[in-house]
Amino acid sequence: MNFDRINEKLSILADAAKYDVSCSSSGSKRQNKNKGLGNSDGMGICHSYTEDGRCVSLLKILLTNHCIFDCAYCVTRKSNDIKRAAFKVQEIVDLTINFYRRNYIEGLFLSSGIFKNADYTMERLIAVAKKLREEENFNGYIHLKSIPGASDELMREAGLYADRLSVNIEIPTEKGLKLLAPEKDRKDFIKPMEKVKNEIVQYKSEKKLLKKVPIYAPAGQSTQMIVGASGETDAEIMYTSAYFYKSFNLKRVYYSGYIPISYDDRLPSIGTSVPVLRENRLYQTDWLLRFYGFDVRELLNKEHPNLESDIDPKLSWALRNLNQFPIDVNKADLRMLLRVPGLGAKSAHKIINARKFRKLNWENLNLIGVALNRAKYFITCDSRVFETKDRTAAQLKSLILSNSNSKFRKDISSQLNLFDAPNLKTA
Amino acid sequence: MKTILIYDGSFEGLLSTVFYIYEYQIDQFSVVKTEDYVANFFDKKEEIISNSNKANRVWKALSTKISANAKRKLYKAFLSELPGIENKICHFIQLAFASKYKIEKDFSNPTILEISKVVKMVDREKHRMDAFVRFRQTKDNIYFATIEPDFNVLPLNSDHFRERYADQKWIIYDVKRKYGLFYNLNTVTTITLEIDEAINNKQNELTFFSDTEVEFQQLWGNYFEHTNIKSRKNTSLHIKHVPKRYWKYLTEKKN
Repeated sequence: MNFDRINEKLSILADAAKYDVSCSSSGSKRQNKNKGLGNSDGMGICHSYTEDGRCVSLLKILLTNHCIFDCAYCVTRKSNDIKRAAFKVQEIVDLTINFYRRNYIEGLFLSSGIFKNADYTMERLIAVAKKLREEENFNGYIHLKSIPGASDELMREAGLYADRLSVNIEIPTEKGLKLLAPEKDRKDFIKPMEKVKNEIVQYKSEKKLLKKVPIYAPAGQSTQMIVGASGETDAEIMYTSAYFYKSFNLKRVYYSGYIPISYDDRLPSIGTSVPVLRENRLYQTDWLLRFYGFDVRELLNKEHPNLESDIDPKLSWALRNLNQFPIDVNKADLRMLLRVPGLGAKSAHKIINARKFRKLNWENLNLIGVALNRAKYFITCDSRVFETKDRTAAQLKSLILSNSNSKFRKDISSQLNLFDAPNLKTA
Repeated sequence: MKTILIYDGSFEGLLSTVFYIYEYQIDQFSVVKTEDYVANFFDKKEEIISNSNKANRVWKALSTKISANAKRKLYKAFLSELPGIENKICHFIQLAFASKYKIEKDFSNPTILEISKVVKMVDREKHRMDAFVRFRQTKDNIYFATIEPDFNVLPLNSDHFRERYADQKWIIYDVKRKYGLFYNLNTVTTITLEIDEAINNKQNELTFFSDTEVEFQQLWGNYFEHTNIKSRKNTSLHIKHVPKRYWKYLTEKKN
């Protein structure tokens, strides 16, 4: 191995791949067989965290950053004047194996710029995964990008070696996509996604009947959207997200705050800050949809096309639906407990278990870990002391805000400061 | 009067202590390890001798009262080595034996909630070690790592590393507690080593480790730097996830 040359390529191709936020390595079912290398059955592991606080679980690189497309939001677009490089298949295999053996990583996340055409690129990605599985007996996690427009046969093959496949739809609305990536078509993204979905469905049904069915993409599919690049509303993002969860059985949708990388005037200019708070609110909404039994229409609709930045989406929903509260924690069902602001899924389950033994009071709830500064206005328990005042939503909101400490306070106060003239924008 | 029960520090010893508590119907007690015992005038002291027979009887009897999972949690709590954890484990066991119901999920009971919180801490540390172990390939082709976990979690990590690195020899050594695990391609055994201080010294890397070891460490360090997005810098989050006390064993943070 020529370490200097590889080091140089690694710098370029890691730089180009880092805007893909997915780093999940969980949910696969690939066990170590016949004394091979690696095991990816169950829990994911974050082996390290970069200085921006994001997890490092997989070796995340591009095969090459040569690309025939010129999407405005992408750092590897054709017209961008940057250093280009390409890995050989064997080089990626060696890097993956040697990093894995030292317990640096859970596996490989391989993406690529599109060179020549979609199928040619997809074939090369598959070649890496195949070599890892068949020649190195590697059972670690492999996440491959489905290249938009790749043929069905290749997508079938990719799923036989990869644990997860993903296509990034990047721009939440079709009109945004037309503006920023005129050469691309939504249909090209959907085609490989559809194929993988059908294969997974087929795998699961065959698995019930036959003993030996080759395992197919056990960790499912995911996608990613860029937030804040094309002026879309939160509702547009989350409705798209809900649609993809439903139609393609996605495991995850990732939201990536747009990081300005271009002087293109269709996009936020360089120096604009990354919308991390908005990103955070979108993830909270995503969690409410997947784990808290909310429907997207309850959280975002015509009257409320955007999430509130100063409070979390669950609290925001609760304030709009005060008629459903307060609830008695000693009686309410799980569905309703999960809807109480300040009460997470773990606390809800602890409450359900603990209340079988005795009626719970404020102290019990506090010890269990309920965020009472928010929750106390929405619940009653086994105590004669509780919030009796009838307050309006606005009063509650300011009361809760004044008694809590958000890590985003700095960002929020600058957004809410009405008296600071330069911040008064008409959107 | 309180009785101080002194045990040898092993889990078997602790279970033998529980047996003793029931055998002699000790009401007020405090359980301490031999090395932690400080004599005082007021309390009676009793030294407990570990007895695998008695320990097993307690462990088996527990199965009739709590789930296998809850039993494992008691073991995990024991591995925390926190001061006073023995007393809490004994109280938990007394609660379990005294109750008609499975008490393990009664999170309104302070002892049970406390044990579940300690277990959470131990689990997190175990998971951290799954993540933060950094192997270096020695000249004789053993993948070698040193760790210094907050709790004694190494026994919990054994299965994970055995299943994952089935085709390579490895050693994970707890420098703080002076023992380690060695996998010889077939089984995992507990070992103690005389570790040369120089082994964690950057200059000596080539004396102990393979020729390519340093090269791969550099590649990894380089990757770590380039996968970072500078415009999203968030140092407090970074340190929250990778606390500084672990840095000296992390290849990417060492320099």
